[in-house]
Formats: sequence, C-alpha cells, structure tokens
Amino acid sequence: MPEKLLNTKLATKEYRTLSQIKGPLVFVERVADVAYDEMVQIIDPDGNPRVGRVLEIDGDMAIIQMFLGTEGLDISRTGVRFSGDVVRLKVSPSMLGRILNGMGEPIDGGPDIVPEKLEDINGSPINPAVRNEPKEFIQTGVSTIDGLNSLARGQKLPIFSGSGLPGNELAAQIASQARVLSDEKKGDEPFAVVFAAIGITHRESSFFIEHFRSSGALDRTVVFLNHADDPTIERIMTPRAALTTAEYLAYTHDLHVLVILTDMTNYCEALRELSVAREELPGRRGYPGYMYSDLASLYERAGRIKGKKGSVTQLILLSMPDDDITHPIPDLTGYITEGQIVLGRGLHQKGVFPPVDVLPSLSRLMKEAIGKGHTREDHQSVADQIYSFYAEGRELEKLVAIIGEASLTEQDQRILNFSKRFEQEFINQGTENRSIEQTLALAWELLSMFPKEYLKRIPEDMIEKYYKG
Amino acid sequence: MQPGRKFILKVKVMEAVSKECGIINRISGPVVGVSGLEEVRLHDMVWVGDAKLVGEVIRMSGTQATIQVYEETSGLKIGEPIWGTGHPLIAHLGPGLMGQIFDGLQRPLNKLAEVEGNFLQRGVSENSLSQDKKWQFTPLVKEGDHVQAGNILGEVPETQSIMHRILVPPNLTGRIVEVKAGDLTIAEPIVIIEDDQRKINTINMEQIWPVRTPRPYKRRLDLAEPLVTGKRVIDMFFPIPKGGSAIIPGGFGTGKTVIQQSLARWSDVDVVVYVGCGERGNEMAEVLMELPELEDRVKGIPLINRTVLIANTSNMPVAAREASIYLGITIAEYYRDMGYDVLMLADSTSRWGEALREVSGRLEEIPGEEGYPAYLSSRLAEFYERAGHVDCLGNGEDKPYAGHREGSVSLVGAVSPPGGDFSDPITQSSMRITGVFWALDYELSRKRHFPAINWIKSFSLVDLSRWFGDNIEEDFPKLVQEAKSILGRENELLQVVQLIGQEALSDMEREILNISKLLREDFLQQSSIQDIDAFSSLEKSYWMLKVILEYHKKTQEALAAGIELNAITNLPVLQRIARMKEIDVEKAVPELKRLIGKIDDDLTSLISNWETENA
Ligand SMILES: Nc1ncnc2c1ncn2[C@@H]1O[C@H](COP(=O)(O)OP(=O)(O)OP(=O)(O)O)[C@@H](O)[C@H]1O
Ligand SMILES: [Mg+2]
Repeated sequence: MPEKLLNTKLATKEYRTLSQIKGPLVFVERVADVAYDEMVQIIDPDGNPRVGRVLEIDGDMAIIQMFLGTEGLDISRTGVRFSGDVVRLKVSPSMLGRILNGMGEPIDGGPDIVPEKLEDINGSPINPAVRNEPKEFIQTGVSTIDGLNSLARGQKLPIFSGSGLPGNELAAQIASQARVLSDEKKGDEPFAVVFAAIGITHRESSFFIEHFRSSGALDRTVVFLNHADDPTIERIMTPRAALTTAEYLAYTHDLHVLVILTDMTNYCEALRELSVAREELPGRRGYPGYMYSDLASLYERAGRIKGKKGSVTQLILLSMPDDDITHPIPDLTGYITEGQIVLGRGLHQKGVFPPVDVLPSLSRLMKEAIGKGHTREDHQSVADQIYSFYAEGRELEKLVAIIGEASLTEQDQRILNFSKRFEQEFINQGTENRSIEQTLALAWELLSMFPKEYLKRIPEDMIEKYYKG
Repeated sequence: MQPGRKFILKVKVMEAVSKECGIINRISGPVVGVSGLEEVRLHDMVWVGDAKLVGEVIRMSGTQATIQVYEETSGLKIGEPIWGTGHPLIAHLGPGLMGQIFDGLQRPLNKLAEVEGNFLQRGVSENSLSQDKKWQFTPLVKEGDHVQAGNILGEVPETQSIMHRILVPPNLTGRIVEVKAGDLTIAEPIVIIEDDQRKINTINMEQIWPVRTPRPYKRRLDLAEPLVTGKRVIDMFFPIPKGGSAIIPGGFGTGKTVIQQSLARWSDVDVVVYVGCGERGNEMAEVLMELPELEDRVKGIPLINRTVLIANTSNMPVAAREASIYLGITIAEYYRDMGYDVLMLADSTSRWGEALREVSGRLEEIPGEEGYPAYLSSRLAEFYERAGHVDCLGNGEDKPYAGHREGSVSLVGAVSPPGGDFSDPITQSSMRITGVFWALDYELSRKRHFPAINWIKSFSLVDLSRWFGDNIEEDFPKLVQEAKSILGRENELLQVVQLIGQEALSDMEREILNISKLLREDFLQQSSIQDIDAFSSLEKSYWMLKVILEYHKKTQEALAAGIELNAITNLPVLQRIARMKEIDVEKAVPELKRLIGKIDDDLTSLISNWETENA
C-alpha cells in the first residue's frame, strides 16, 4: 500500500538484515549512515511497502517503529530502505473537503493530493516569545461553556468524557456553532476544521461526518480516519498528521483552524503498547514516563502567533477510564491543556444535556477573553457567584440526603432551589444554540432568586444594573 | 537530512579551545553514547554532531561516555563527531539580563525569533547578551586599590529599577592597574587587575559561571524578615521569609501558576527570576506581555525592569528543563551577590524531576520510588539549599567598593504531583527540605475558593512572629493564632454537622461556623483576577482580620448576654464585612478601624437594648 501523503523519496540501498520483529518494532543489523528519527520503508515479503521510523540506533543496529504494525513481516524476506529524512506529510489546501486515513492517504476515492509543501509531522516548538495570547471569545452556544468556562481562539481545551457519555455530541455541536464575537465581519472569516478520528468506531466517525455535512462545513474540513479496527500503531501518527495539516492551513493560508482530536485515550493506549514493545520501564498504570512530554508535543501545537492571521484551536476528546479523573490520561492532559470540560455521569443519568459538570470544569483563558470589550462587564463576577452558590448547593444536597431538609435555614433552602433550577435550566439546554446575552440573562434570572445582599461576588453597581427584582 | 542550521559561532568565551574528540555510537532520544572521548571531563559541555547540538557529559567509563543532549536529536547519525568545549554548562552574566526571555540554554528567544522565525530550530547559537550595546560604566575603584572577590568594581544602570554592580569575580584578589569609565560594551575590558601571583586579569562586564556550582558568599544570615507577597493567606498564615524556600504542590488547575505569577507581580523583592520549566507556552507569553504594562507598587516602574524570564516549555527538549532550573538559580545568585533580594519562581519542579527520570531510564539506572532515580532527593536538596539570606562576598570594609551588603535568594517551586496526590516522591522530598508548604486543594479550587491554599495542611516552619509583632501590631501573632484555631474548630464541628445536622449545635458553636465562613470567604479568599483585591498590604490584611475577630468577640458577648444568634447576624453591619476586600489598599486602615468602631457600637447597643427590654 503506497503512502500517498508521506514523502517517499528513498535511498536505493535495501537492507535484508532483519534480526528480530517484536510487536511494532523491527530490528535491523549492519546498517550504516542511519539517522535518528528518520523515515524508513519496509518492503514486506509480498513486495508492498510500509512506513516506519528509526527509534534508536546502537552501533550498526537500528530499531524501527512500524506505523501499520508488523503482521506478515518475516526475518529473511523483508527489505528495509532508509529515506534520509524525517517523516514528512504532503500538505496542500486541496486537502480541504477530503477524507484521509490515519496516515494521511485519501480514502474517499478522490485523486491524490498534489503537495504544495512537505512538512515534518513532528513540527517544531513555537518560540514562546512570538506567541500571542488567545483572547478572542468564541461563542459555542453552550451556556456552561460560554458563561462559565469560555473558550478562546488558539486555546486547547479537552472534553473529559466517559463511556456512554455524549462527549462526541457536545464536540460536534461546538464545532458547528462556534463563532467569534468580537469581530465586525462576524462569521465570514476564513476557517477550517481538521478532524482526527483516533481509534473510534465507524458509527462515531459517520456521526461527525454527517454533522459536518449537514452544517455545510464538510468542504472546509479535512478528515483523518483511524478506526477501532485499523492498526493501533497508526494512532501514533494520526494526531501528528492532523496537527501538521492544521499548522500549515493556519500559518501558511491564514485560516482559523479548529482541530478535533477524538479519542485521545486510544492514542495513549497505542503509546503504551509501543513502550511495552520497547521494554521500557513502565510509569503509572503502565503508561510510559514520557507520556507528559509526548502529549505536550501535540497539545502545545495550538495557539496564535504574533503577526499571523490564522490560528489553531484544539478541542480534544478523551474518555476517562472508569470515570477516574486522576487516571494518567486525563491527569496528564489536564496538566497540559488550558482547562477542561468534564462530563458528569450523575447529570447524564438525570437526563441533562449536555451533562457538563461545571465544578471540575475550567477554562484558564477565560479571564482574558471575557469582560468589557469582549463579552460583558459582569461576566466574570456572574460566573464566580454561580460557582459559589452551586458548589454550596451540591454540598447541601449531600447533607440533605443524610439528615433531611428540616434543619435547613432559609438561605440554605434558596441555594438548594437555585442548584436545581441551575441544572434543569442553565445546564440542560438541549441542542439550543444560545447567544452569550441569552446565557447571561438566564444567569441573572437565577441569581435574582437571592436577595441582593447575598450576591457577595458581584460589585454593587453591576447588581443595580442587572438584577431582576 | 534535516538541515542542521548553520552554527553561528559568536560565543567568545573559552570556546576557542573546543576540539573534535569523540564519535557517536549510540542514539536513543536525548541520550547519546560516544566513544573515543579524551580530554573531556564529567559534566563538561560538548557539541554533538554536525549540527552542533548542545550536550553535557553525564557518565564516563573509560573512553566511552554518555551525553545528555539539550536539543532535539532527530537527524543525528552514528559516526558524527563530538566536540569538547573544555568547560561545564555555564551562564553568561552581565548587564542585559533584565527584561530578557531566555530558553534553558540561555539563548535569547526574542533574538532567535528575529533570526530564525516563529519556530525554534536546533543548533543555532546566539549570544545570550548583546555584545554591541553600550552601557554606562561608573567605576567605584581606582588605580592602586587592593580588591578582593566580591568587591564592587563599578556600577551600570541596567534598567530603571536595577543598578547593576560589576563585581570582582570569586577567587580573585589583587591590585587595580587600570580602570575605564563611560560607555562600553560587555565585551570590552573595564578593569585590569594584577593578582597576588602578579598575573594580569582583564575584567569585562560579562562574566561566566558554571550553573551547577553555587556561587560563594561570606556567610549565611538568619531568616528574620518576611517576603511580603500581598496574598493574605500567605503573608498572615504561612509566610515565607526572604531567603527562604517554599513549595506549592497541587493537582492541575488548582492555581500554582496563578500564585507564582502574582508573586512575580507583587512581591517586595528587587529582582524576580521566573522559570517556566516544562509548562505552557501561552503562560510565558502572558507574563511576557503583561510585565511591561504592570508597574511596581512602590517604585511605579514597569515590572519588566526587574524580571528575567526563562522559558523551556513542555514541548521544548526535555533535557533542557534541567538546564533551565540551574540557569535560573545562577542568575538569581548573581543578583543576590550585588546585594539584592531576589525571588526565583520555578513552574514546575515536577517536570524537571520527570526529565531526570526519563534520562535515568535511558541510562538504565536502577530506578527508585515511582521510577525516579535514587539521587532525586539529593538533587532537590542541593537546589533548594541555594536559597538563603547571605552576607555577600567582598563587603564590610570602609571603602566605597566594599560597603555593607546583604542579599537573598528566595525560592518558590511549584510541584505537580500525579493525580494531585501528595505522597508523590517529588512532593515528599521537597517538603522535607523547604520550610514552607502551601498545599493546594482540589476541593477548594472546584469551589473557586482561590488561592486554594488549604489552611489545615499547609505550614510555615519559620517563625516570623517577632518581626510582625515589632513591625505591624503587637497582637499580630496572637490574632493569626486565634483565626487558625477557629478554622480548626470549624473542621471538627462540620464533622458533627455531617452526621446529625446543625440543630445539634449550640448557638455558640453555630457562631464558630459563621465566623469561619467569614474568615474563609471574606478574608482568605482573594481573587487574582479582580484587580481591586489582587494585592493586600500587611496592614490591610491585619485590619481585615481584626475586624472579623472583633465581630466574633462582640458576638460572643452578645450570645453570653442571652441574645439569639439570628438577631445578631441580621445586623446590617455584616454586609459591610463582606465588602471589606473592595476597600482600596491605601485607604484601608482608617476605614477598617472605623468599621471596628461601627461593630462595637452596633453590638453594644444591641446588647443594651436587649438588656433594657428584658430587665
Ligand atoms: N488566585 C486566583 N484567583 C482567581 N482565579 C484563580 C486563582 N488561582 C487559580 N485561579 C483559576 O484557576 C485556573 C487554574 O490556575 P493555574 O493555571 O494557576 O493552575 P495550575 O495549578 O498552575 O495548573 P497546572 O498544574 O495544570 O499548570 C486559573 O486559570 C484561574 O481561572
Ligand atoms: Mg500551572
């Protein structure tokens, strides 16, 4: 199978000196002039090429990581050719509207991609001194996000989902509703979506593609598909191919790119598999010790660059194994991303959609993207006040479950009522697309359940202005 | 092959001796094996491969050595050469550090952006400090003076807020033979010293220092003065002394970075060194953008004038995280030696520890706890030991260049334990070494109680009560103690409430719960986002606490007189307590004193009215 989107300029010399095949790794002996991290082509016994990269070199022995697995390879009849270059992706604006596999080959029956450029799939770190702070508010239409955990252009924000929770539905909804407010020419800024399916089911990926199609975004979308039944190890490549494409579209073609990566849990599992094959010392729960740096090398490829029109925003989906937020996958992700949207099973069971549990959710770039000139002057303090009441409400709920409502004070009672309405009206918005004004108006309606003097987090002048007495 | 960018050889110091001295025979990520290494010592800095990547020798056995490479090794080949530089990893010190942003290898990131564009390339070397810029040097020594290590040769106004002092390098004593003055670059000679062996030493404004070696001082001094941070929970409950060290452990999103950023803004120190080690690029960009706009509270000068930034973000090469921490502390010590109070912030020390673990794993060393190398805790100890309040070298004589001079380095390290679990080796080892522990609490941050410093788990082992008693108010230590014990009591009472409800409590006990709530919400909580309360002076903090405890005292009196708790909490004065934070720092003391008066009056009249009614 030819790798149509990968650069395949190769050395003529072919080695047939394999000594070992182990999991996704191939060991080749007596090689010369091999470079660390270079791209390799392995010719299987049937004469078909497969792609890999050099993971380690020790004297004249090289260890190669295969992206599409090692099935069907053997020691004696398999050939190896070195490319003399790192793994590069062929990129071009004509990728928009196309469906590619997890390594970037077209699988939609369309023509090959004619490359405009060859880009190193690992990218290079952005010089921190040229980063521009993300501070343009993106209205997603979802109250729990816009009102309480606002997203900014250039941010990397994950959705922590769990098995059976509607993380994908929320991501798709955000993707089709997202727009930047502060701009005059609302909506007509050039944008693109890069969608990377990483080990998800066909049903899930068709859901997204259908969603893009019906919202008319499909021809502005590049789709990378690695399905659950595709080779695991290809998943190491998929997000890199997607982000390389995104950076290229953003910084060479001035597009505002929204990247959706789903499901990063599958990526991390592929990483673990690779690490086990290399017999590395396992870290927490068997994941490699370098998983933080590895994930960072993906997530940090979001942002804005001074003087560049385009931007890369990342929406990352992952499922928390066992709903455990301290599991290494959500944990390390949360340490790198700029906040997280956490879905709650309790809310989901109550039939709330989208079931965003706002307490553990967070957007770190919110403060820059909201307030006067962005959204509204009262935005931050409204959010603070809601958090404070709702946190208290959740605690009271637990208390009431044990000792009953009898001993509650008047204020406790109000807080409990507030919490209920907040979940049912504010969080539970269904598929409605709410403007930020609508979200804030609803927030004030709920806050006005309290006498003014209880709104301690909100400056008095704003209470005067917005309180619904 | 990946085009190894042409190495621009501009660094003048010592590099002339570098020579080819080994051949690469193994490559595994950032770790490279080399054979045939001669004339290279352990911990020497080397250049690796044709692209001349920066590396350091971390293990030697015979002529086989292992090198940790501080740059991406992609494209490196077996058989490529290694060059020795003849010196260990060094920092370049001199005027021009302030206001700069460097990477872990002290490459100036702004300059790199001009030279190579938006994305970082490898093997490119730019001088850390500008070689062309002229600085106005005013000597304090004259020909014939006998000087020793640490004496001040002269001064350079580096920024609006920093007078940069050029010192006689450590280990040098001698007689001044020649002195220059005026506008000079850091590469030009400023002073010539003939040392005691009659050797001539030419001194210029740029000096170098090996980053892993602590800079010498005369002696350590007591830690007796607090480093005022403007955060009430820190300054009043868990203060850090100037010259002390603290850690901030906490799970993701609990507020480590926000605390460090606000320390960088508000701390009463002369110099801040901010090291972003393995964290986010956007956070560095944020600091970089706002420091030129924010002004020093006291001097009114933009904060960028007192700050040095070091950025080795999470996507930059892993091994260089280590270099960034040592570079930071070396720069901090350098300014300390000039007689300044320096604060170094490291966000996050865990990422450095993880880099140690990764390299150790590739060396196939025997892993200790959680896979970290056995030397983890000694490395951490060596690092935190570089904090201190010292009597500087070369001071204490009655000469213009040797007057009294004390300096300090305070260290604050963020720790990011996996799963927010403080039993992790880095948290535990660091906690044993540092005297101050600000434990961030996931539950508090979920409730948006910021700073999410847990008042039960945190501690400060350094006793500064004497200073507070002498400098703020006599009862300062007593007041703090009282507030802490009320909060401790709350904890016990809440356990009762969870079991049987509030009704089981007496009015006196319920009052404790009310006061604790005031302490938590109206005193400890302090948003860094809302400007009005971002900085609280020691006086404002003290009087806010005083207000709450006065209210507590008066309420207890009223309860003792037989008044019901509800009647007291209905008094409108409570609303004013809730708005104390919004009082301007400058006007806080008189206003808070008036508020105490009001509390006294209102409660006294409540009591007397009640007594007349019930007489
Ligand atoms: N003192 C504070 N005042 C107001 N908000 C705060 C404060 N501290 C933290 N926050 C909120 O919490 C968010 C996360 O804080 P921060 O980025 O400091 O976490 P962190 O502990 O550094 O996390 P990580 O380990 O992932 O870097 C901030 O973006 C802000 O919204
Ligand atoms: Mg942080």
